[in-house]
Amino acid sequence: MKKILILTTALTGFAVSASAQELTVMSWGGAYGEAQTEAHVKPWSAATGFPAKMVDSDNPATPIKAMVEAGNVTIDVASIEYADAIRLCDEGMLEPIDIAALPAGADGTPAAEDFLAGAVTECAVSTDIWSNVYAYDTSKFTGEAPSTAADFFDLEKFPGKRGMRKGAKANLEMALMADGVPAAEVYSVLETPEGVDRAFAVMDKIKNDVVWWEAGAQPPQLLADGEVALTTAYNGRIFAAAVTEGKPFQTVFDGQVYEYEGFAIPKGAPNPELARQFIAFASTTQALADQAKWISYGPARKSSGPLVGLFQDGKTEMGPFMPTAAANLTNALPSSYEFWVDRDTELNERFNAWLAAN
Amino acid sequence: MADISAPAAALTTSDGRPLRAALASAQQRAKRRAFLLVLPLLAFIVITFIVPIGQLMHQAIYNPGFSDNMPRLTQWFADTPPGTAPDEAAWEALALDLRDASEAKTIGTVGTRVNYDLSGTRSLFTSTARKAARFEPPYREAVLAADDKWADPVLWSTMRQVSDAYSLNFFLAALDMTRDVEGRVVAMPEDRQIYVSLFLKTFLLAGLITLTCLVLGFPVAHLLATLPMRWSNLLMILVLLPFWTSLLVRTTSWMVLLQQQGVVNNTLVAAGVVAEEGRLELIYNQIGTIIAMTHILLPFMILPLYSVMRPIPPSYVRAARSLGATSWTAFRRVYLPQTLPGVGAGALLVFILAVGYYITPALVGGASGQLISNLIAFHMQDSLNWSLAAALAGLLLGAVLLLYWVYDRLVGIDNMKLG
Repeated sequence: MKKILILTTALTGFAVSASAQELTVMSWGGAYGEAQTEAHVKPWSAATGFPAKMVDSDNPATPIKAMVEAGNVTIDVASIEYADAIRLCDEGMLEPIDIAALPAGADGTPAAEDFLAGAVTECAVSTDIWSNVYAYDTSKFTGEAPSTAADFFDLEKFPGKRGMRKGAKANLEMALMADGVPAAEVYSVLETPEGVDRAFAVMDKIKNDVVWWEAGAQPPQLLADGEVALTTAYNGRIFAAAVTEGKPFQTVFDGQVYEYEGFAIPKGAPNPELARQFIAFASTTQALADQAKWISYGPARKSSGPLVGLFQDGKTEMGPFMPTAAANLTNALPSSYEFWVDRDTELNERFNAWLAAN
Repeated sequence: MADISAPAAALTTSDGRPLRAALASAQQRAKRRAFLLVLPLLAFIVITFIVPIGQLMHQAIYNPGFSDNMPRLTQWFADTPPGTAPDEAAWEALALDLRDASEAKTIGTVGTRVNYDLSGTRSLFTSTARKAARFEPPYREAVLAADDKWADPVLWSTMRQVSDAYSLNFFLAALDMTRDVEGRVVAMPEDRQIYVSLFLKTFLLAGLITLTCLVLGFPVAHLLATLPMRWSNLLMILVLLPFWTSLLVRTTSWMVLLQQQGVVNNTLVAAGVVAEEGRLELIYNQIGTIIAMTHILLPFMILPLYSVMRPIPPSYVRAARSLGATSWTAFRRVYLPQTLPGVGAGALLVFILAVGYYITPALVGGASGQLISNLIAFHMQDSLNWSLAAALAGLLLGAVLLLYWVYDRLVGIDNMKLG
C-alpha cells in the first residue's frame, strides 16, 4: 500500500513538473489564432522541443485580469490589444519585458530601432498592426455598394442587418467618423460628454438592426449565413474568409481604426522564462513576416516589411489587404491608447446601459 | 404488578451495566457511525457550496479596494465627521496616497472602486496619479492644477463612502439606486438604470417559459403515461435523447434552425407563407431565448409529470365518465387534481432553472433576450466588479428562496413529486 502511495505521489509530481514545462499561449482563435499557431507556436515547439499549446478567448485581456486577481494564472503568453497591454501593465498585471533581450533585425538593426515607434512597451511586444473595419457581402448589393463609414450607419441607403462588436472601443470612433468628424479630431471630440452622446446618437440610428458579436470569428460567419448585410470585423478575418474560402466579402477601409497587437506575459505565469524565450523567438524579423503570410496584419518591425509577399496560397499579393497600405489610409484612425487606457471601464459601462435600454 | 414496575432500574446487561445506559451508548455509536458516513458529503457541500456562496455574499458588502490602497486619506475620513470640507491635511493625504498607489500600481484598483459609485472618475485617478510624483506643497493647488475636477464635493463625499470597506452600496446599485452628496438613497439617473427592469424581465420570461413547457409537456407526459409500456419506452427515448445531448449542441442547433437564412425561414419562404424580404426574426432576440430555453427545459417538466401520471389508475376517470361526467369534467375534477404534485414540481424546477440560465440567452438572446444572469456573468468576467455581481446574485438567490417559501406555504413542499 505504502509503495503504491509513494509511486502515485511520484507520478503526480512528475506529471505536474512535466506539465509545468509546457507553454500555453492564449489568443483570439479563428484565422488569427491559426496564423499565430502556424507562424509562431508550432515552429517554436519544433525548435526548442518544449510542448506548446494555443488556447482561444474572445479577448485574452479579460481572462488575464480575472486570473491575476484570483491568483490562478494558467497561461504563459497572451496576445492582447495595445491599450489593454498598457492598462494591465499600469495595474501591475503583466511581467515587464526587456527590449534589449529581443533579437536584432535581420539586417542587424537593434530591436529598439527596428520596431515601429512605440511598438515595444514596458510589458508587451507588438507583433502586428490590425484594424477594425467593416465588410459587406457583394452579392447583397448589386447597385451602389457601401464605400464610406457613413454608409454603415445609413439604413435607408443600405438596408439590412448590421453586425457590430459588443463593446465601446472602435465603435464610438467609427460612429463619429461616420458623422463627419475628421480622423484627427475624433479623440478630442470623444473626450467631451457631448462627443460621447453624439457617438451614441449615431449608433442609435441602427441600434434596432444590430446583431452584436463577441468573438472575432463570428462576423465572417454572420455574413456568410446572410444573418447580416454589413458587419464590423477585424480586417484579417474578412480577408481569410474571402481568400481561403472564396466568400464574396468586400472590406471597406474608410473609417478604419487600427492598432498594435502584441504578446505579453501575465504576472504569475507558470513558465515566465519559457514565455520570454517564446516572445523573443516569435518577434524576429522572419517570424513577423511569416505571420503575415497567414493573415493580413502588418508586421510591427521595419525589417519585416520587405519580406511580406504572398499569402500562403502562393498567389495572393498581401500588400493591398494590409491596413497600412497607402490606399487604405485615406480616412483612417490610429487607435489612441491614451484615451482607452483611462476610459475603457467608464465607456463600456455606458455602452452596456445603452444596450440594455430598449 | 410489583414485579414489573420495580425492577425497571434493576435490569442490567451481563457485565452489570444498566440496560438503558448500554442501549443509549450503543445507539450513540450507531449515530456517530451514521454521521461519519455522511461526513464526506457534508464536508464536500460545506467546502464547495456553502463557503464559496458565503464568501461571495461577503464580497457584496465588503470591498477594500479604496481603504487598502489609500491609507492616509482613509484615516482622514475616519478622523473627521461626514460633511467636513477637505483641509490641507486631506489634500496632503490625497497627494501622498496617489503617489504611493501609482508606484505600487494599485491606482487602477482605487480608481475602479470609486468609479463603481461615481461613474466617470477612474480616469481622474489614473491620470492624476501619473503626475503625483511631482506634487509639492501646497498640495491643494498641486492636485487642482493636475485636474480641477478634484474640487467637486460629490467626489469627496463618494470617496468618504467608499473609504469604508463595508457598505450596502452594491446592493443599492443592483437595485438601480445610489447615494447623493448627503448620503441619502436616491434613484440612479435614467440612462443608467438597468437592473430592476432586467430582474422583472427575467422573472417574466422564466414564467413564460414555464408556462410553455407546461402546455407542451402535459399532453406528452399524459401520452407517455397511458401508452402501453412498449411504445411509451420508445417515446421516452425521444424525450431523454435531447436531455442527454450537450446543452451547447442543442443551442447551436437552434441557431442553425432559426436564423434568417435558416431551415425554418427557408421552409416558410419555399412554402410561400412569408415573402423573401419578410423573413422572420426568430433568433438574437427574446423569441430566440424563449424557443431555445423551452426546448432545453422541457424534459424537466415532462419527467416529473410522467412519474406522477404513470401510477394514476385509468379506472378513476372511467368511473367518473360512467357516473355521467363529461370528458372535460372528468379531466378537470378527477385527473388534473391527481397530477398537481407533478405540475408543481415541474413548474418549480423549470422556473428556478430558467431564472438562473445564462449560456443559452448569451448565445441566442441578442441584446433584448439577455437575462439577469448574463449581467452577473458580465460583471464576474468582463468588468470584474465582483461585488456588484455578488449583490445581483444575492438578490436573485433571495428571490428564488422567497419563491420556494411561497410555494411551500401555498402548495406544500411535501406535495411535490420529483420522480
